[in-house]
Amino acid sequence: MRISKSPWLLHYDGSSCNGCDIEVLAATTPRFDVERFGIINTGNPKHADIFLCTGGVNSQNQDVIRQIYDQMPDPKVVLACGICACDGGIFKDCYNILGGTDTVIPVDVYVPGCAVRPEALIDGVVKALKLLDEKADKMKRGEYRSMTSAEYAEALKIKGQLAEAADTEEKDA
Amino acid sequence: MAAKRSVIPFGPQHPVLPEPIHIDLVTEDEKVIEAIPSIGFVHRGLEHLVTKKDFGEMVYVAERICGICSFGHGYGYVDAIEHIMNIEPTNRAKYIRTLLFELSRMHSHILWLGLMADAFGFESLFMETWKYREKVLDMLEAATGGRVIFSIMRIGGLRKDVPDEVLQGFLPGLDEIEEGIKACEKAFLSDPAVLSRLKGVGYLSKEDAIDLGCEGPFLRASGVARDNRTSGYAAYGDMDFEVITSDDGDSYGRCYVRIQEIYQSAGIVRQCIEKMPKEGIYVPIKGFPNGEYMTIIEQPRGGACYYVHASGKKFIERMRVRTPTFANIPALAKTLQGCDVADVPILVVTIDPCISCTER
Amino acid sequence: MLENTEEIELIGLLNKIKEMKTDGSRIVQICATKIGSSYELLYTFGIDYDIKHVKVKTEPGEHVPSITDIFPAAYLYENEIHDLFGIAIDGINHDYKGKLYRTPVEAPFG
Repeated sequence: MRISKSPWLLHYDGSSCNGCDIEVLAATTPRFDVERFGIINTGNPKHADIFLCTGGVNSQNQDVIRQIYDQMPDPKVVLACGICACDGGIFKDCYNILGGTDTVIPVDVYVPGCAVRPEALIDGVVKALKLLDEKADKMKRGEYRSMTSAEYAEALKIKGQLAEAADTEEKDA
Repeated sequence: MAAKRSVIPFGPQHPVLPEPIHIDLVTEDEKVIEAIPSIGFVHRGLEHLVTKKDFGEMVYVAERICGICSFGHGYGYVDAIEHIMNIEPTNRAKYIRTLLFELSRMHSHILWLGLMADAFGFESLFMETWKYREKVLDMLEAATGGRVIFSIMRIGGLRKDVPDEVLQGFLPGLDEIEEGIKACEKAFLSDPAVLSRLKGVGYLSKEDAIDLGCEGPFLRASGVARDNRTSGYAAYGDMDFEVITSDDGDSYGRCYVRIQEIYQSAGIVRQCIEKMPKEGIYVPIKGFPNGEYMTIIEQPRGGACYYVHASGKKFIERMRVRTPTFANIPALAKTLQGCDVADVPILVVTIDPCISCTER
Repeated sequence: MLENTEEIELIGLLNKIKEMKTDGSRIVQICATKIGSSYELLYTFGIDYDIKHVKVKTEPGEHVPSITDIFPAAYLYENEIHDLFGIAIDGINHDYKGKLYRTPVEAPFG
C-alpha cells in the first residue's frame, strides 16, 4: 500500500495492566520498529495524529482521555489497543471500570489481545493510516470534521435512549 | 530577590511516563520544595473481583495486576493459596517457577534501563537495551507462549511443562544478553554525560530508606541488604546468589544495583537449567481453601505482600496485594525534595514505578 | 493461620504501634478485610525478614486513630482504607479526604 504521511503517535494508559503499554513501546523499538514508516511516538497531544489508548476507562481518567482527544488536531484516528480498551476485558466487572475506550471517545480501530502483540498493533496502525488519508481527503473537500468528545457523549446518549425506546416497544408488542 | 513559590503539576500524561501518575511539585524557582503524589488514575478495583471469580480464576486476575511483573503476581497469589491448602508443588514446578521468575526480573530490569536512558535523553541507548529485552521475551515466549502475560501458573503447579530441550536452548541466548548488557553498562556507569545526570541525584540515606519502608533495588541502592529471595521460597533455597547492594544511595547506585541484578538473574536461570529435576509439574488439588496467609516475595521492584483470606468457599473473602511501588512512593516524595525540576522525570523513573501494580 | 499475629483491642492500638516503633520495626503494610458486618485491620511490621502482624477489629461508624504520627510513611495505606472501606481514620498527616481513589461507588469494599 501507499503511505502518504508520517503520522505521529500519542499513547495514553487508560487503566491497563501495563502489558499493552510495554507492547506499544516495544512496537517502536528495533525488533518491530514502526519508526521505519516515519511513525514517531510523541508525548504532546497537539503533535499527534493517532491516539493509542490502552486499558479500560475509569471514572478518574475519563476526563483526561476526553481532554487529550479534544486537543488533537484533525484529522485524527483513535486505536483501542488490547481487549481492555476494546470492551473492558477481564476487568469489565470491576466497580471502577466504565468500559472500553469507546465509552468516552469514538474509536476507529479495535486491536484485541491480552496483551496485544506488537505485530497486531502494527497491523492496526497501518489500517489507521488508510483511515487518516480518507479523513484528510474529505476534510479538503470540506465534508468532514471529527466529533468532539462532548458531541460523542450526546450521540451515545441519544443512541441509548433510542435503544431503550425500542426495548419498551418490543415489550409492549 | 526572594523566590516565589509556585505549584507545577507533573502528569498524569507525561512524555517520560508510560503510565499515569500525578505529582504536584511545590517549587521555588527551579528547586522542588515539596512533592505531593496523587494516584488513582489506573485504579480498577480488581481485588473486589474475588466476589465474581472463583479462587482458581483469580490466578489470571492476579497476573493482570501488572503486565511487567505479571509472573510474580501470579506466583504470590498461588503461593498463598497453596500454603492455605497445604499443597507442596513438585520440585520441577518450583524450579520452572524460579526460572520464569528470574527471566521476568531480567526483562523488567532491562526495560527499566531503557526507560532510564529515555528519561535522561539518550534515545539510542534506549533502543539498544530494548533490543536485548526482546531476546528475554523470546525465551519467555518459547517457555510459556506469551510475551508479557503468561498464564502458566496454576494452583498446585503449572499449566504446562517446559521441555528440557527448550530450556537448554536458552543458554546461548543468556550469554548474548549478558554480553550486550555489558556493552550498555559502559554507557550507564562510566559515560561522563550520563554520570552527570545520575551521580548525587536523589540521595536517600540508609536510615530514611528503612524508615520510609522502601523496597527492592531502591532500598538496596541505599546500602540495605534485604532481598526476600534469601528466605528461600520456590527453589531459591537451592540457588547460589548474593544480595547486591550499593552504598551510593543516589540514582547511580540504583542503576548499578539493577544492572548487577541482571547478571545475577542470568546466573540463577543457568543454575535452574543445570539442576532441573525430572518429574511431574502438577499436584491435584481438592476442596476449597480455608484460612489466611500472607506471602512475601521479591518482585523486580521489591518485596510484595499477598494476603489471602478464605473461608472454605469457592470464592475467597479477600485478596490484598501490597506492591513495592506503593511502598516506595513516600520515599520518592522525600527524594524529590530539594531536586531540580529538570531532574524530576529521572527521579520518578529511578524507583521503577509500576502504577498499575500500585493502584490495582 | 497467620503466624506472629497479635489480636488487640482498638483502644490499645496506638500503644502497641509505639511499642513496635521502639523495637525498631518498619511498616510493611496495612490491610482491611470485611468480616460479616465488622472490619478487621491487619497492620504488618517487619525488622529485616521478621514479620509481625497486629490485628484490630472495628465496627462500622467507629473511628480509628491514624498511626502516621508514629510511622509517617503509612499515609497511603490509611487513605486507601478510608477510600475503599469507608472506615474513618482520624489525624492522617497527608489526608487526601477521599480523593486518593475517585470511585463511582463510595467505599466499594464497605
